Amino acid sequence: MSLAKRIIPCLDVADGRVVKGVQFVDIRDAGDPVEVARRYDAEGADEITFLDITATSDNRDTIIHVVEQVAEQVFIPLTVGGGVRSIDDVRRLLNAGADKVAINSAAIFNPEFVKEASDKVGSQCIVVAIDAKRVNAEGEADKWEIFTHGGRKETGIDALEWAIKMVDYGAGEILLTSMDRDGTKIGFDLDLTRAITDAVNVPVIASGGVGNLDHLAEGVTKGHADAVLAASIFHFAEYTVNEAKQHMAGYGIEVRL
Amino acid sequence: MSLIAVVDYGMGNLRSVSKAIEHVAKNSDQVIVTSNPEDINNADHVVFPGQGAARDCMQELKARHLADVVLKAAAEKPFLGICMGMQVLLAHSEENQGVDCLNLFQGDVHRFSNEMLDDEGLKLKVPHMGWNQVHWAIEHPLLQNIEQDSRFYFVHSYYADPSDAGIIAARTQYGIDFVCALAKNNVMAVQFHPEKSAADGLQLLKNFCHWNGQP
Repeated sequence: MSLAKRIIPCLDVADGRVVKGVQFVDIRDAGDPVEVARRYDAEGADEITFLDITATSDNRDTIIHVVEQVAEQVFIPLTVGGGVRSIDDVRRLLNAGADKVAINSAAIFNPEFVKEASDKVGSQCIVVAIDAKRVNAEGEADKWEIFTHGGRKETGIDALEWAIKMVDYGAGEILLTSMDRDGTKIGFDLDLTRAITDAVNVPVIASGGVGNLDHLAEGVTKGHADAVLAASIFHFAEYTVNEAKQHMAGYGIEVRL
Repeated sequence: MSLIAVVDYGMGNLRSVSKAIEHVAKNSDQVIVTSNPEDINNADHVVFPGQGAARDCMQELKARHLADVVLKAAAEKPFLGICMGMQVLLAHSEENQGVDCLNLFQGDVHRFSNEMLDDEGLKLKVPHMGWNQVHWAIEHPLLQNIEQDSRFYFVHSYYADPSDAGIIAARTQYGIDFVCALAKNNVMAVQFHPEKSAADGLQLLKNFCHWNGQP
């Protein structure tokens, strides 16, 4: 008996539709978010994450509406991220039915925002999303830094130090994406995942690079992740969530079947 | 028809709870989210959810004059406490340097240690977040069609430690074997979130909607 490792399908949402791009370009339409979320729930997803990849103040209401509709029909935890910049954004998403809100670039511009948000709504509702890229040359010690703008803009912030700081500021969970791997389908950056997971005392969700079911299992067995997130392998029906869980169970990983 | 009141005392979003109950309640049932003592007094079933810190929960309950109303409901009708709504039923919580709670049940609320390890020697994270198995110690109408050791969704850093072992309904393993459900007479209180626990969670809520309060 123990806590199950979570499998989290991620829906990138743009203008109210699910899309999936490769390294944030070449975006393909993958359907209606409510329908997709229902399918994942039926397949046994442990949680669903929505990332509003076109979030601007103009289309804020679109994602709120999506969350409301999903929360009326899907009774598993929902995390929503993308363009979350203010306490008002956090509150509106939680009131719409999100259980957790992911904060990404706003935390970089203003780390105090994470403190303020976790203080107001509780750490359990605040996920800090970290987009990291390896910056060391081959043969040098491992080093990753935080990048913004879909991995294009460097910040010079060390990813490991950042994760520790964000937990100290009240993050209840870390959503860790390798920008080197995102969309590549060659597997998680396991060194990055393990380095961050072992360094913090809150759950870490590994993200970026899943191309097959072995990758998901490795995220847990080698990356020590508490949860694994994937988008495209589920969207285009290459695998169902249930198949993923069966596969992970075969590795001796505790999953909810 | 039955009136099901979800107690709103300003601690977090109750939409998920009310939507889940609406999803499983009979068409003739009415589900209301309310902070009005009269509504709660008039309800047939009362759901007492909650999230956030113990200190804030107790402050809000008192500010809205709901502490006695909640205790009255817990004394006389089918009553379901969820998460924080379970913890504040105990006498005292060690959260926020110590908070006196509703004292419906004797006992304390403790925090998980940061030093707990899993089978492989890796640190167990706090909060305890995710799907864990619930091992029921009793038979109960709320457990109809729910298998022993089914998984429910948890997210919490504190857990109830009641003095009276007779009210322990279920336990869960997370570093320690902690009490995750309490039952006494017409009261059931659970640490996990049935409203976020997929089919088994919905089944428990459905059983609650049909429950007459007899254990």
